Amino acid sequence: MGRIAKYTRRGFLGLGAAAIGGLAVGYYYYKKPFPNPLEGMVGAGESTFNPYVIIGADNTITIYVPRAEMGQGIHTTLAALVAEELDVDFNEITVTQSPTAPAYYNEAQLREGAPFAPYDDGFLAESARNVFGAMGKFVALQSTGGSSATIDAYVKLRESGAAARLVLVQAAAARWGVGVDRLTTGGAMVHHPDGRSLTYGELAQDAAKLDAPSAPDLKPKSDWKLLGKSQKRVEILDKVTGGRIYGIDMQLPGMLYGTVVMSPRFGVGAVSADKAAALAVDGVTQVVDIETTTGKGFGIIATHTWAAFQGAQALAPVWEDAPYPPDSAGLMAMYDAALDAKASFTLGGNGDAAKALQSAPESDVFRAEYTVPYLAHSTMEPLNATAQFSDGQLTVWIGTQAPGVAQMRCADLLGIETDKVTVHTLRMGGGFGRRGEVDVPLYAAALAAKTGGKPIKVTWTREEDTRHDTYRPMAKGRFAAQLAPKQTHAALPRAIDVAVAAPSIVASLLTRTFPGIPAAGSDRSILDGAFGQPISWQDSRYSAHQVEAPVPVGFWRSVGNSVNGFFHETFMDEVAHQSGLSPISMRLRMLHDPRFLPANEIMTKVAEISRWREPLPDGVGQGFAMTLSFGTWVAEVVQVDMRDGPVKITNVWAVADPGQVLDPANFKTQIVSGIIYGLSAAMMQEITFANGQVQQGNFDDYDAMRMAQCPEIEVELLENAAKLGGAGEPGTPPAAAALGNAIFAASGQRLRDLPFGNTVDFY
Amino acid sequence: MILTINNRTHEVDAPDDMPLLWVLRDLLDIKGPKFGCGIGSCGACTVLVDGDVTRSCQLAVADVYGPVTTIEGLPEGDTLHAVQAAWVKHDVPQCGYCQSGQIMAAVALLRDVPAPTDQDIDDAMSNLCRCGTYPKIKAAIKDVAGV
Repeated sequence: MGRIAKYTRRGFLGLGAAAIGGLAVGYYYYKKPFPNPLEGMVGAGESTFNPYVIIGADNTITIYVPRAEMGQGIHTTLAALVAEELDVDFNEITVTQSPTAPAYYNEAQLREGAPFAPYDDGFLAESARNVFGAMGKFVALQSTGGSSATIDAYVKLRESGAAARLVLVQAAAARWGVGVDRLTTGGAMVHHPDGRSLTYGELAQDAAKLDAPSAPDLKPKSDWKLLGKSQKRVEILDKVTGGRIYGIDMQLPGMLYGTVVMSPRFGVGAVSADKAAALAVDGVTQVVDIETTTGKGFGIIATHTWAAFQGAQALAPVWEDAPYPPDSAGLMAMYDAALDAKASFTLGGNGDAAKALQSAPESDVFRAEYTVPYLAHSTMEPLNATAQFSDGQLTVWIGTQAPGVAQMRCADLLGIETDKVTVHTLRMGGGFGRRGEVDVPLYAAALAAKTGGKPIKVTWTREEDTRHDTYRPMAKGRFAAQLAPKQTHAALPRAIDVAVAAPSIVASLLTRTFPGIPAAGSDRSILDGAFGQPISWQDSRYSAHQVEAPVPVGFWRSVGNSVNGFFHETFMDEVAHQSGLSPISMRLRMLHDPRFLPANEIMTKVAEISRWREPLPDGVGQGFAMTLSFGTWVAEVVQVDMRDGPVKITNVWAVADPGQVLDPANFKTQIVSGIIYGLSAAMMQEITFANGQVQQGNFDDYDAMRMAQCPEIEVELLENAAKLGGAGEPGTPPAAAALGNAIFAASGQRLRDLPFGNTVDFY
Repeated sequence: MILTINNRTHEVDAPDDMPLLWVLRDLLDIKGPKFGCGIGSCGACTVLVDGDVTRSCQLAVADVYGPVTTIEGLPEGDTLHAVQAAWVKHDVPQCGYCQSGQIMAAVALLRDVPAPTDQDIDDAMSNLCRCGTYPKIKAAIKDVAGV
């Protein structure tokens, strides 16, 4: 146990550590068993079996999904897990968002905060995962992120469906006086061998009184009817008819409308603001000062959103100066200093890479440096929340990835108990990690405290959204490899030494979310996507150089993997060319570990479907990259055509292995989505600073890929991995590197800094 | 002023310069057109005005020159418009937030160019999607067109 204690003492700041911030409230939950939150919601004739299922006497079956839907299709896949074992079809159920409750904590998201590669099943790695996972129960964090929802739910939700089915069958057996083994289910009914049937609804009240087994037997995969097959997403009709399902569509009687004008310089407030001018705008009724742990500024209250936006413009605040380097160059200097200083910590690695590189002749050493910029999440639906504070109770309606944290922090802001705050999770027009932050609900709560009990919908302008993000960190990588001596033919490189300078995302999150908790410790996200990858070296070292930069940073689709997927996979492409080897065949030869079999298979498959070895015309090139992230192994090949000058991305081929595919069509869609998200960033996205504030504001200066730029994308799925992996994020990390490597193949121009659009033109 | 929206007339009391988008969403509670950028870039607010594809965040309500069609006006009774039905068939939406605008743009494209080429689709469909549904949007449009 000594080594485990060392890992916890050294304080690896996974999300679990961030969750410790909720201790004061979490302890309360830990002392009690989790109640079923649906108990308090059942209507006349309805029965609940566990936190996921309510069945009415009329045989309406409602499945409550504890994770938030932001486009990833999670409501459909999680409902399928319950429905499969309950033995009902999608047309026999209604799927809805669960309430906010500790019963819905996400253990899997915290488990993977432990600083080990996903394929590492050793005692130390598993023990550390158990420690981190236990924190999940301790603080009862209900959240959607880290591509963890299906991993967390895979057994839990199937068992919930199976347990409910079992007591329904027992209730029928008792009613008919026959043995349970003679009864079958189907069509939301229990069937007697003589042809009689009872609906689940007719049995529900009796069944709910029975003790459900805690670990019922689950169907073998060969009996699956829903899982492993593609489903239509449950909310599809709303999404093609303009359905009012998003946070921004909230409408309540007597509702007011608001917006916020927060300081664009972090940690400071306003010197002055023209409140009179704002109040002079027709429809503006109040200008309110806001100060929370996430920022200082103003709220505008108005009779409609347009008036609030006009008022925000008229306010024209003058902000205090930034107490930090005011521009991107000044910030980058902090990164160079961090790289020149001693490493903060290392992860993974083997042998002695420092010694190997020192003793190798300099002609055999290849070095390169890479940078990525800060990035905004840029969700389609601008940030918003609706709140009402009356009779000492706060109600918040919000598209959120972390309703429990919003609940705690809003309670603290208003000085009320957590149980006086109700958070309704609505559908999100994109999340990508941004919608787990507390600033949006806090500002809505702050305004709701000033409306005399009326509800208020607070909508951010796109500019406010872009300039007050919790950004994907800027980062810089310094990579070195020891190549084989030049005269050896087709020999593999021997050693790698990686140094990455980046801020700690978890420390930044803690500072603004739970300022009372010390944010000391190591954050694996600095090295995610570099360490723990399926590649064998004689010697390797992965060093993190933590930067104490002032810019708030957060979880951006695939987090550290989006940084190091680019660094590591570009470097490996360079090493292959320096070694005179083809990038894919070199990588296939660097898999000296039986646990790397899935990597062998995805690379072989992607080479096959992209026709990797076939010659291409001059000016056309293919680039390869592979990243293991969130338990899913992904290889991508990008093809570009530069024959007309600008880069046209024509094709992407991807092969992904999540171990077990629960919904093939949706999984492929998520991989495509992650690729387009990653290519958009690689092509054109960059958040820069001047005068201590973000320079970009809207889609005119922070755009993303449009239809005309979108390549053809082909995805194949494999199931060789030993463990279940996530879907929402793993498509993103290899995309930028595969694109840059393709541009090199087509033009000979090596691009080491994102976005590429600063150096080459895109179609 | 009087606006005709989805074949119904509405009397509206709004400042002349208020964008049509906010009149629809906040004053008339028509929530299909979405707010995305406010500068006419993303197209989430796309409606038809007298049949013209229009970014409703950029059209002052006083300048509305004809009847307005929003996504709520597309179905005939309970029957989805052919474009909406194709969106269901191809499982186009992910987060779905941009899809009202995408569908309105596609409806206008297919009305004007019944058998669009890839180039026609690229030219007409300038709306932003952050989930990356473009390949499915293209497939759904081609399905409706039978090309």
